Amino acid sequence: MKRRGPLLTLLLAGAFGLCVGPFYWLAIAATQDDKDVFSWPPKLLPGGHLMDNLHGLQESIGLTRVLLNTVLVAGVQTIGAVVVSVLAGYAFAKFEFRGRNLFFVLLLSTLVLPDTVMLIPIFEMMMKLGLIDSYQSVILPGLVTPFGIFLMRQALRSMPDELLDAARVDGAGELRVLWRIVIPVNRPVIAALALFVFLGGWNQFVWPLIALRSPEMYTLPVATATLQGLATTNYAQVLLAAAIAAIPVMALFLVLQRQFISGLLAGATKE
Amino acid sequence: MSLAPPERAPDTATGAAAPAGRGPVKHTGRTRPDRRRLLTRDSVPYLLIMPAVLGFAVFKAYPIVASLWISLTTGNGDDRHFTGLDNYQRLLNDPLFWTALKNTALILVVQVPLMLGLALLLALGLNSTKVWLRPLWRLGVFVPSLTGLVAAGVMFSVILNRDAGLLNWVLSLFGIDRVNWLGSPFWARVGVVLVITWHYTGYNAVMYLAGLQGIPNELYEAAMVDGAGPIRRFVSITLPQLRPILLLTVVLSTIGTLQLFDEPYVLTGGGPDNATLTVTMYLYNNGFKYFDFGYASALAYALALIVSVLGIVQVRLMGERR
Repeated sequence: MKRRGPLLTLLLAGAFGLCVGPFYWLAIAATQDDKDVFSWPPKLLPGGHLMDNLHGLQESIGLTRVLLNTVLVAGVQTIGAVVVSVLAGYAFAKFEFRGRNLFFVLLLSTLVLPDTVMLIPIFEMMMKLGLIDSYQSVILPGLVTPFGIFLMRQALRSMPDELLDAARVDGAGELRVLWRIVIPVNRPVIAALALFVFLGGWNQFVWPLIALRSPEMYTLPVATATLQGLATTNYAQVLLAAAIAAIPVMALFLVLQRQFISGLLAGATKE
Repeated sequence: MSLAPPERAPDTATGAAAPAGRGPVKHTGRTRPDRRRLLTRDSVPYLLIMPAVLGFAVFKAYPIVASLWISLTTGNGDDRHFTGLDNYQRLLNDPLFWTALKNTALILVVQVPLMLGLALLLALGLNSTKVWLRPLWRLGVFVPSLTGLVAAGVMFSVILNRDAGLLNWVLSLFGIDRVNWLGSPFWARVGVVLVITWHYTGYNAVMYLAGLQGIPNELYEAAMVDGAGPIRRFVSITLPQLRPILLLTVVLSTIGTLQLFDEPYVLTGGGPDNATLTVTMYLYNNGFKYFDFGYASALAYALALIVSVLGIVQVRLMGERR
């Protein structure tokens, strides 16, 4: 029994290596010359071509514009989805109203339906509205997240009603209760939700691939994928684009990891 | 007009005196003095859910219904006409649809058990107090699930390269010949499975870990007193206690795998020889390469039907005893 500790630790370190190792290699490859990406044996130490690759990406996909697009899309989507989720989650958790259960069940049932079912009608709708190839077309469909509403409802249900009633007795209006009590008390879950939605927005691929047409509107994943499809692909640049897509998100996660994991699990383990 | 949802009332009303205790402080929106405000308690919930309802109606409910209608038509835009079940008939006789479905099913059957099994083992390891540096390992295994599918796909398309990929190089250190990942139908499927497993195992492990930590220790202590060995404890305590989370991960993984698109799109483009063509990819090709919206919608509905049926079966099988 005593020997299980070191052995288990070694096994977990192995799993850690399998999970994190590819990122190390990615970071290395992004600093290589294109030829060196495919050298045998693979290069395992950084090369000196990071700036060249950055310049190359700027020329081929307009890196700064693409990054700004991605930040804008993910950012606006996050703010919108969090607002919608907090408002609706609060209503579902703390108010009784006609149609509450029906709407909640309808909302949750869309979680089970593949998103692909909705692609074509949303595409046609955006065409009719003349919104194809615009930021709105990418952002709007992501504003209602059944998961976010569910998560907020779960979190807000565990708030004591006495806290809300006390504020109401003191004469606070409903908006004030929401702003001054509900939101501050639940800041950790809201932060986790924001991070989760941001991640989804940052990484989303299928819908932007369909909705965006002109390269200067592309988000990073779409630009990366189109870059890889070219006949003369510069793989060092493609890998740098992948690294730029992956690394900021990981940094954000490392800073907020405690909140993030516990917030995500709030939806999974309660009830 | 109690503000608390009915199912909450019992747990706040602990003790015999509680219902009476709540009585005097209870007040309704109508008698309160803030009647002049726009936000009375009666209207508040409706205002709160308004954005969600609007978004739901436009981007969920309408597309679901419209998709069904489109699947019964051919032609696009103003040139669309009703053709009944023609698209579905075509689907049943379309060898490529069956290929895509077979590929998806194959990946599902191999990948989901593999991933969830590994995740459970990982979670058990991460839950052991005998392990050093636990937080570091936990953090590391979660990291892949943060990566976008495109970034992961691009990364692995090079790692799995036949001639100079990292994986073949590592295998060569063990004297294993180069594998034509992504280049041969069999290994391309294996490659896709590997990448998805790499991507999501840690996420599921963290979910299981949370579940494991929620199991009361007394259960294990009692079992130990009764002389139950580690395997017995795992089967009789751990697994039943984890059932809700196991069910959740099985259903979510099934939904995710059936909708598989990004990885094969980036890794293999569906090839070689359609070996990694998935249903969603075939849907995408029909809808947005050939602009055959009717047929693509029929595919979407077929997929939705399969997902729902599988989901219901899984819930029935696993959720039964509780």
